[in-house]
Amino acid sequence: MVDNTHQDIDAATGTATTGHEWDGIKELNTPLPKWWLYILYATIIWAFGYWILYPAIPLPGGHTSGVLGWTSRGAVQADLADLRIQRGAMVDQLSRSTLQQISADPKLAEFARAYGRSAFGNNCAPCHGSGGQGSKGYPNLNADRWLWGGTLDQIHTTLVHGARSGDPDGHEGNMPAFGKDGLLTKEQIDAVANYVVSLSNPTTADVSAGKLVFGENCAPCHGENAKGNVDVGAPNLTTKIWLYGGDKASIVETLVNGRGGHMPAWKGRLDPETIKALTVYVHSLGGGQ
Amino acid sequence: MSLWNKHAIFEKNSIVLTVGILVVVAIGGLVEILPLFYLKSTIETVEGVRPYTPLELAGRDIYVREGCYLCHSQMIRSLRDEVERYGHYSLAAESKYDHPFQWGSKRTGPDLARVGGKYSDDWQRGHLSNPRSVVPGSIMPRYAFLAESALDYRHIRDSMSVLALEGVPYTPEMIAKADVDIKAQLSPDDPSVTDLVKRYPKAVAHASLGGDIAVTEQDALVAYLQMLGATVDFKLYDNKANLR
Ligand code: HEC
Ligand code: HEC
Ligand code: HEC
Repeated sequence: MVDNTHQDIDAATGTATTGHEWDGIKELNTPLPKWWLYILYATIIWAFGYWILYPAIPLPGGHTSGVLGWTSRGAVQADLADLRIQRGAMVDQLSRSTLQQISADPKLAEFARAYGRSAFGNNCAPCHGSGGQGSKGYPNLNADRWLWGGTLDQIHTTLVHGARSGDPDGHEGNMPAFGKDGLLTKEQIDAVANYVVSLSNPTTADVSAGKLVFGENCAPCHGENAKGNVDVGAPNLTTKIWLYGGDKASIVETLVNGRGGHMPAWKGRLDPETIKALTVYVHSLGGGQ
Repeated sequence: MSLWNKHAIFEKNSIVLTVGILVVVAIGGLVEILPLFYLKSTIETVEGVRPYTPLELAGRDIYVREGCYLCHSQMIRSLRDEVERYGHYSLAAESKYDHPFQWGSKRTGPDLARVGGKYSDDWQRGHLSNPRSVVPGSIMPRYAFLAESALDYRHIRDSMSVLALEGVPYTPEMIAKADVDIKAQLSPDDPSVTDLVKRYPKAVAHASLGGDIAVTEQDALVAYLQMLGATVDFKLYDNKANLR
């Protein structure tokens, strides 16, 4: 505040002083511009409005909650409810329809694929790749070579319960570690690996020794013709698509150490409609049966 | 002389000025900070929140040491888009045993508050060793050395004792059994896991890939990442009753 009883004009600048003087130095009175001050006052009045409308002032037993009754958690729940209403009709239809009905209805299927694609980018792409192309240890979902089956219902079961996920209903059963556990000798492993390579890379070399080992040890899971069995998650070994690699070294590694990929169960993490949409999306990627 | 002119007393006497500043700041502090300690709406006890197991705690120390917080936050804000992407917004209680908390604000990478259980241990290990092996465009650095460094947990009991002083409910038994619990959490098929889970509900045992090294830093970090945001069961959490 300026003490207006002193109206002392500074000689050098012609400006009034505040009347304060320290060690012979006088303080000039250059007040804040009016427009600036008024904005300051306006924000103070605005703050009072805020105090009345929103939670603001702590009191001994609680705090003022404001006449709007706003809470940050209430706000996000209202936003989420709006979102559900926006998506409402379609998501409702997803939840009411079976997977077969969804993929038979072009409009609903298109919605499911778009909805599924966005959930895929967030939850699945880090393992299966952004287009579902997979990488070593993470299966390619575009190809018609399924570990656990490629029908809508089979894909849905895999998504809901996962594989080796700890979910009691999840897919179980590993590729045994034939080498490490001493089930096969080095020579037998070498022979059967040659045979497995020959299934997708026809060769004139003699692989009958490996075929014999295969019939005795591998056929129960992979099938007599090595075309796999989706009930135990044993893949088809006659195609050029591989989960862990189809060169001899990778196959030997598979045989020595065993394998057992881990696919999380999505039951608790994603809601049922999202899982349905994902199923339809994955089914549409190119490998669906 | 009006009261306004008395300011010269403050301006000309540094001790009076210092005391004056302290009084003003203390009032601000009392009004802004003190209520947080008694307001019901800022204190929330949530079912399921538990102290870190010794292995997770060691993993957390590595998380802090490596500065993962410089690129990752651990705080899902109560905003629609965040909840849509990451899951239920973070509750204050979920970081109540964090000293210091890892909320962060820089998101070069995604928020990690609920990454626990989202991926497999294999994925976490592969990703830490070389993020590009699973996410081709990733700009996250490699942390391959963690898989080759033995975890130094000689001081884990001291860490737990200090945290106990800060209010984390570590019992003397938990502290005494720290070494046992670290080994138990890396022996999924061992009966000792039952004991561990009794002390730390919902603790998950992980297969160690350490090979020659019994416990690696990667083992600890993976155990920590895999429990982030996974202790509270949101099916049992009443959103409506906890508006604030
Ligand atoms: C932690 C990495 C990971 C994540 C995340 C993940 N998956 Fe998988 N997924 C796998 C692995 C590994 C397998 C192979 C399991 C096996 O080896 O039996 C698999 C298998 C599958 C299969 C079965 C493939 C087959 O051949 O039968 C489908 C379908 C699938 N995932 C879809 C998804 C979808 C959709 C998501 C997102 C909601 C997802 N996955 C997220 C790792 C993952
Ligand atoms: C108990 C059932 C079982 C038996 C027996 C078995 N496998 Fe497997 N095999 C599997 C399963 C399950 C997988 C898939 C592992 C996974 O998804 O991680 C697999 C995967 C493989 C793979 C990897 C395929 C790829 O895409 O990378 C090869 C190669 C293989 N088995 C060869 C063999 C051979 C050779 C034998 C006999 C010596 C054999 N398996 C015996 C269940 C079995
Ligand atoms: C330079 C910044 C940077 C640093 C430092 C960093 N990250 Fe990352 N992180 C990223 C980026 C970018 C992604 C997203 C791409 C990817 O998945 O690799 C990511 C992804 C992740 C993910 C997967 C999250 C998800 O939901 O998909 C995890 C887990 C992770 N980081 C853990 C860590 C840990 C643990 C550390 C410390 C040892 C760390 N990060 C350090 C940038 C970083």
